[in-house]
Amino acid sequence: MVVMRGTPRAWPEGLRASLPLALPIAAVGMSFGILAAPLLGAIMSILMSAVVWSGTAQFAALSILTSGGGLALAASAALLANTRFLPMGFAVAPSMTGGPLRRLLTGALIADASFVIGHRGGGRFDISALAWAAPVQYVAWVGGTVAGVAGARAIGDPSRWGLDVFFPVFYLSLLLPELFPEHAPRNRQPIIVAVLAATITLVLTPIAPPGVPVLVAAAAALVGLRAPRQSAGPANVGDEA
Amino acid sequence: MRTWILIIVLAVGTVLLKTIGPVLAGGRQPPARLTRVIALVAPALISALIVTGTFTVGRQLVIDARAAGLAVGAIALWLRVPAVLAMIMAAIVCALLRFAV
Repeated sequence: MVVMRGTPRAWPEGLRASLPLALPIAAVGMSFGILAAPLLGAIMSILMSAVVWSGTAQFAALSILTSGGGLALAASAALLANTRFLPMGFAVAPSMTGGPLRRLLTGALIADASFVIGHRGGGRFDISALAWAAPVQYVAWVGGTVAGVAGARAIGDPSRWGLDVFFPVFYLSLLLPELFPEHAPRNRQPIIVAVLAATITLVLTPIAPPGVPVLVAAAAALVGLRAPRQSAGPANVGDEA
Repeated sequence: MRTWILIIVLAVGTVLLKTIGPVLAGGRQPPARLTRVIALVAPALISALIVTGTFTVGRQLVIDARAAGLAVGAIALWLRVPAVLAMIMAAIVCALLRFAV
């Protein structure tokens, strides 16, 4: 469990916290390799995973290319799918230290999983946990792609192993402590925001290009412009068993 | 096909999206109201990622084996089962359902 908040041993924690995701990330990388190799070739497929390091963008680009779309369309769809990294970067920024170059290099390590692993609630991020979560994800992603390209077809579609559900459950395990904190004053805003964001994503998915629903869902955070009503009062605390 | 151009554009674009925030706004504490908004960006994004990872295939909304897996995982987490165990339970339910259908 991720409870060692701000301890000096934060770096092995980031490494350790990301280990359970190695297998599912490799499985998704494998799917990408299997799908991409016939279209892009072995070298380019692996190079893409090694340099772009973003499943969302790579699958978005691949689906456009597969359906006969051009490079420009593929590139814009892929980058649109990655726009969620913009609010992620701004969310992480206040927790960062060091000069612009250091922040640039650390910022480049932001990915869905490392962002969630580094998240400490209340807008704080453990930057070293975030940074140390990245290597496992990177190696698993590129390694998975290599396996997929190298003909892992024989193993079959990795999604049938049920590994894809690892991601939502993992993310939920790191979201719940923020929504229902044990030792902090009660604040309903994170719950409201999470529900609002989920609703926005559900409503926009069928009508907006991939990536846009998640980006717009980030705007649910604007609820924070209003001061939270602390439903504190020791009288209420005992109600939640 | 000029695949390498696509690769470079995606790589540079993705790194830009990730690093604009850290470079421009890094290390400084913004005003209180903005701090509250920034603090809520993470739960919003994580919640959205859970929804896309469970209920979508491309632009379609679906309820499939993943929904059952997430439900099992959520109950397990609520009962304070360790996260890794909850993930494995969810994956087993998900895989069993897929083989059964």
